[in-house]
Amino acid sequence: MANYLVQRLIQTILILFGIAAITFLLLYLVPADPAVQIAGRSATAQTVANIRRELGLDQPLATQFLRYLGGLIHGDLGRSYAQKTEVMTLIAARIPATITLMVAGIAAELAIGVTLGVIAAVRRNTLLDRIVMIASFTTISAPQFLVALLLLYVFAATLGWFPMSGFGSPAHVVLPALTLGILGAGWYARIVRSTMIDVLNQDYVRTAKAKGVAPLRVVLRHALPNALLPVVAMIGIDIGQFMAGLVVVEAVFGWPGIGQLAWQAIQQVDIPIIMGVTLVSALAIVIGNLLADLIAPFIDPRIRLR
Amino acid sequence: MKNWLRSTVFATMVALTPLAASAQQPQKGGTMTVTFKDDVSTLDPAVGYDWQNWSMIKSLFSRLVDYKPGTAELVPSLAESFEVAPDGLTYTFKLRPNAKFTNGRTITAADVKYSIERAVDPKTQGPGAGFFGAIKGHEDMQAGKASELPGVVAVDDRTVRFELSRPDATFLHVMAINFASVVPKEEVEKAAGDFGKKPVGSGTFKLADWTIGQRLVFERNPDYFDKGLPYLDKFVIEVGQEPLVALLRLQRGEVDVAGDGIPPAKFLELKNDPAYKDQIIQGDQLNTGYVTLNTRIKPLDDVRVRQALNMAVNKERIVRIINNRAVPANQILPPLMPGYDKEYKGYAYDVAKAKALLAEAGLKDGFSTVLYATNTDPQPRIAQAIQQDLSAIGVKAEIKSLAQANVIAAGGTEGEAPMIWSGGMAWIADFPDPSNFYGPILGCAGATQGGWNWAWYCNKDIDARATAADAMSDPAKAGERAKVWGQIFTDIMKNDAPWIPVFNEQRVVVRSKRMGGDASIYIDPTRVLNYDALWIKQ
Repeated sequence: MANYLVQRLIQTILILFGIAAITFLLLYLVPADPAVQIAGRSATAQTVANIRRELGLDQPLATQFLRYLGGLIHGDLGRSYAQKTEVMTLIAARIPATITLMVAGIAAELAIGVTLGVIAAVRRNTLLDRIVMIASFTTISAPQFLVALLLLYVFAATLGWFPMSGFGSPAHVVLPALTLGILGAGWYARIVRSTMIDVLNQDYVRTAKAKGVAPLRVVLRHALPNALLPVVAMIGIDIGQFMAGLVVVEAVFGWPGIGQLAWQAIQQVDIPIIMGVTLVSALAIVIGNLLADLIAPFIDPRIRLR
Repeated sequence: MKNWLRSTVFATMVALTPLAASAQQPQKGGTMTVTFKDDVSTLDPAVGYDWQNWSMIKSLFSRLVDYKPGTAELVPSLAESFEVAPDGLTYTFKLRPNAKFTNGRTITAADVKYSIERAVDPKTQGPGAGFFGAIKGHEDMQAGKASELPGVVAVDDRTVRFELSRPDATFLHVMAINFASVVPKEEVEKAAGDFGKKPVGSGTFKLADWTIGQRLVFERNPDYFDKGLPYLDKFVIEVGQEPLVALLRLQRGEVDVAGDGIPPAKFLELKNDPAYKDQIIQGDQLNTGYVTLNTRIKPLDDVRVRQALNMAVNKERIVRIINNRAVPANQILPPLMPGYDKEYKGYAYDVAKAKALLAEAGLKDGFSTVLYATNTDPQPRIAQAIQQDLSAIGVKAEIKSLAQANVIAAGGTEGEAPMIWSGGMAWIADFPDPSNFYGPILGCAGATQGGWNWAWYCNKDIDARATAADAMSDPAKAGERAKVWGQIFTDIMKNDAPWIPVFNEQRVVVRSKRMGGDASIYIDPTRVLNYDALWIKQ
């Protein structure tokens, strides 16, 4: 186990290094010049050159990258070009909102997705199954913007049950989480349905039924835990995706998450922020997957970590 | 349609008459809520340079001179008086005795010197350093050879003198620009590189709270030297708000001003709804949207071709595409700018004449070219309209629709972009003076790598005339100088036609029913929303 962790840790560092290198390179291949962006329209050539020099953008790419890595080792993500604030401060200010939405969103996905998946599996090849599968397909394909606005319009603007936008109280999180739940539940429903069908066809389930265990208990106690393994892996992926920011949902609900920060930084070619957000979300994806891998043996004892 | 347009323009002009003409008197008190989609990037006056933080910085800080709310008229502000030497090379300002920073300290001449030097210092990474180019010692400081400006002298606590190396008729405007805001040195140092998030000034408001990504709370500065201002007790900026959602919230009374205006999809619905008649404000700003014609790329290097392209674009139709949120333009300067040439009619829409000119230039069968545009609505649609117009005279323009930063990069690279539609980055003046529409975007100095003169237009003769016009620094000759500038711009269009001026875009603001004040303080020519002068009906 310890061995496994060390191995994964080394992997994580290598992955982060690779991501940092690739992102850095891509950002510098973009023709847009951050110094010109900051200097704006009225700046003289001298001003642009000064800004470029102060930001170290006149240095060769390798030097810039090494300097960035040097900072990174000390936990320094640098300062935003446009805002001058430390990137760490800007990201840290948004982490609580991002994590709140992540937890609530995944909870909503699971609640809706697993329930529908189980129902579809138990009632497979019936009309109900088909309705659930068509619905899950529809929500997977539905545009985030539309679903978010629809919920907002009905439950906040018209009915007034929830606040229109913002962050702070539990009421604020309901609609954004529900949006994510509706959009993401389809994946979970489909996965749960197919693994549940497999599990329900297995001998031990038949044995349980034969022993006269109540049908609901068979499904929930005997079959479901064994069908959840791929779901846990999916949660791991979701954690990463959610940490990378949910630009559209955040935008509609005025949610102060990391996606907004990244989106604005991209518009302004604010390289330190883009790098910072990329690294934080990459770290989250790696950790999310690691957690999923660590949890797997507890759900399925046949899995061993090596 | 024509009539509707005329009446709108007329209504706007009426609305833009000075404050005194409004029927209601401003009332004091109350808290206003304003929303924006983008987070506020910085409130450091030496760094901030976008239309959103521009007006907030204006209200957080004060400058030696400023504009009367809702107008482009310069008045003393932090200075109670000033004198200009007859040769135009020395400006002496007398500070008010009662002006204090919000940390309680009295403002002195040394603060003014520090603040201007900070804006010029390369270490500040400020975009506005170039505005102070006329001050003695500017070049040395920008080149990193000096750490102060000998041209700014703190004569005594209340007197500051500026010595210039050349006459600069725009100098008082420069003293009113945000970059010239006075900041307290001790607070800048205390903020340790983050003054933009912890600003301390001497304006009408002070920043009481900033929750990053959520809201900024501005409170009235009780010690502001003009006791009449501001009217509001407080205003809250809520960021991260999608314009459509902001509009819904405004309709429910949760928001007072939707800072990003009305989303295009909702515009006609609201505009045609009589219930919103008093809540929608549409007004002119110092802005021109244009297509640059790269004078260094064939065949656009031929003036006849550029003139032909000018005649080929149907501007009225483009204005209709954006729901009449603009007025067709026939020249470089916007109508509100001093120097606007009312006599000049530009190149009228005339396909036959355009074709004839192209034939004369040896391009009877037209040619192929590339038109760059930013990729956010409605800019690609406008580019397509221009593309269609050009195809009518045989010019095949391929549209390259890119992120704004990439369009800017292409424009600033020699020989790269034949044509650029400026929408989404169109020139909005830094201050209400015609010279601001020349130097960076049409002067030889701007035709450089990373510059903004995307037409790569450089006419030495015009450059010399521009320099001469800016040397006319006697305030008494302001009218004459505006005429000189007007003639410069008219000659540029008549003889060289480096641009297709397309329209002067208007700004649209929606406000709640309880908000008072007339259009000119919601679309203030020098700062858009004028937080100093906005007020709530009690």
